[in-house]
Amino acid sequence: MTFSGWGRYPRLESRLIEPISTFEIEKSLGGSGQWGPSIIARGAGRSYGDSALAETLVSTRYLDNFSSLTTSDHGHTVLRCASGMSLEKVLETIIPKGLFLPVLPGAKAVTVGGAIAADVHGKNHHIDGSFCDHVESMQVLLATGEIINCNRNAYSELFHATCGGMGLTGIILDAAIKLVPMPSLDIAQRTLVADNLQDCMELMDEHHESKYSVAWIDCLASGAAQGRSVLYLGEHVDEKDAREKSKSGRKGLRAIKRSELKIPFDAPSFLLNKYTMMGFNSAYYALQKNRIAPKRIDYDAFFFPLERLRNWNRLYGSKGFLQYQLAVPPESAYACVSAVLSCASQAGKGSFLSVLKKFGKANNNLLSFPIEGYTLALDFKYEDSLFPLLDKLDAIVLAHGGRLYLAKDARMSKACFRQSYAQWERFAELKQKLDPRGQFSSLQSRRLGLG
Amino acid sequence: MNILLIGANSAIATAVARLYASDGHRLFLVGRDLTKLETLRDDITVRGAVEVALVELDITHTARHTELVERAETALGAIDLAIICHGVLPDQEKCERHFNALQASLDVNVISTLSLLVELGNYFETQGKGSLAVITSVAGDRGRRSNYVYGASKAMISTFLEGLRGRLHDSGVNVIDIRPGLVDSPMTRELKKGPLFSTPERVARCIVKGIQKNRTTLYAPGYWRFVMLVVKAIPQRLFKRLRF
Repeated sequence: MTFSGWGRYPRLESRLIEPISTFEIEKSLGGSGQWGPSIIARGAGRSYGDSALAETLVSTRYLDNFSSLTTSDHGHTVLRCASGMSLEKVLETIIPKGLFLPVLPGAKAVTVGGAIAADVHGKNHHIDGSFCDHVESMQVLLATGEIINCNRNAYSELFHATCGGMGLTGIILDAAIKLVPMPSLDIAQRTLVADNLQDCMELMDEHHESKYSVAWIDCLASGAAQGRSVLYLGEHVDEKDAREKSKSGRKGLRAIKRSELKIPFDAPSFLLNKYTMMGFNSAYYALQKNRIAPKRIDYDAFFFPLERLRNWNRLYGSKGFLQYQLAVPPESAYACVSAVLSCASQAGKGSFLSVLKKFGKANNNLLSFPIEGYTLALDFKYEDSLFPLLDKLDAIVLAHGGRLYLAKDARMSKACFRQSYAQWERFAELKQKLDPRGQFSSLQSRRLGLG
Repeated sequence: MNILLIGANSAIATAVARLYASDGHRLFLVGRDLTKLETLRDDITVRGAVEVALVELDITHTARHTELVERAETALGAIDLAIICHGVLPDQEKCERHFNALQASLDVNVISTLSLLVELGNYFETQGKGSLAVITSVAGDRGRRSNYVYGASKAMISTFLEGLRGRLHDSGVNVIDIRPGLVDSPMTRELKKGPLFSTPERVARCIVKGIQKNRTTLYAPGYWRFVMLVVKAIPQRLFKRLRF
């Protein structure tokens, strides 16, 4: 069968294995290596590039059970579940209990295992950090067939390598995640408009205390309007009082299920050109500019606006697209983002959805993406002329001390990776120790020299 | 509601258990593999099942079926709903060559199910209320050359259920024949998947809804009723030439 990441580039003919239990995986991996070399775990397939592509894919679709939900003496509630469970399924079960996930990426189909492997972040990174910062412990199946329960104290090296480690240390089997209380289903959203990039970054700094914050940015506006953007801020609405009055208790808390639209065919690629993109971006900006009144929207609409179009990746045509997401330290952020936007718009390439967001402090996982500063994400439809442009962008990012997100990457060079991920050597050493035969490897890991 | 779920570790049964659990019902799980049963118990407890009991049993041990129903009754108080979900998809070619293989599949798909239906039929007749649901298959509607061993065993169960339904009707007990179509689950891991395949979750939603509405023959998902109407209408002269 042919597989690809969410960006639908690149594609690879692979063998898919769907183990029905941890035991079955353990049996197959232990010693005999009957799955052959080059295995990588695959969850929902929502990483964009080639992180979850290999000759043999081990699907976690049947590792989809909850194990426990416990509240400690300190009042922390911890959920333990298998790695193939999607965040959407987690929300369906925990929301009625008045609980919520501390970090949510923009895609709810993502699995717990995938969220850990990519150490995903959400709109609240500047306050709450990334997904793995809320993972207490996890079980990892190593290449030897051994199952190790690791956390920040026991097997901490394995823990910090697996968080953000793109599945290269082994197969994540389950995890214990700290949950947070959910006061209501709604988010109070404020919308601010920024005329240019400088404005936008200043607004983000000014509203640093807002729980959720993310900006949509018009990536094709140039000159004085470069970086004009719409900043969305959000806070959970605390409805405790209202709830007590209505006596409905937590009955009102139910996960939201929307009907999703499915795009039945690939958008014809010629529809996506410089002019349609510019038109879309200008129209979106003009529209949002007049919709700045604060409003209450439900969490699903706030966190997962794109998921209403279930396979929105088809919008970029049959050849797919690449997402380019960079993170850059605060002192060089403006210069870097500005240079990247100029370079892309000069090349006449851009996307519907370009996102700018402020990152909080980095954690100490070896390959986690977020570093303190800003992150910018751009989508580009696949075309041969794109690659030279992306190489140019790489040079800009590296010159400003930035790095690229492995979960989105499909083409970064080994040199670029090594220069920007300072701890790559420690990771490679540990990987060599854990998996000397290099059983766990993906197209990406081979490209980046990680075995 | 007090629910007895037999063959609880099948993909469809697991999905059904999860749905009932999230509505806060009590469940009694029966399956062959204790570790998997415990995994399911923990899972549905998180989802909201009020109380979960389990029994490890190889369902082909028909001598233990009387005891099984008694234990379920003791644990649950009264059984409001029993769902029989166990089954195997035998290797058709092997069954054509070796009667032993065919017989082994009948032990699971037919003999053990009939034994359970005798026990549960009597239980529900005495109780005078409740629902008895059994998962058969659309494969039982026609004897296809590629899969007639499985199809014939499911057809036997469906016909048996039709009669039992009549008998229990007087006692106010509903008997439901659930016929799933092609389901993308561990049972069909080796099969090539086409557009007619649906997920265990979708089938489970149909089952829970169908049981609630006291349906009798339930195609799951519903479009299989129409697919099978067409398949059933194919005359023998043509059908015998089809390879599917």
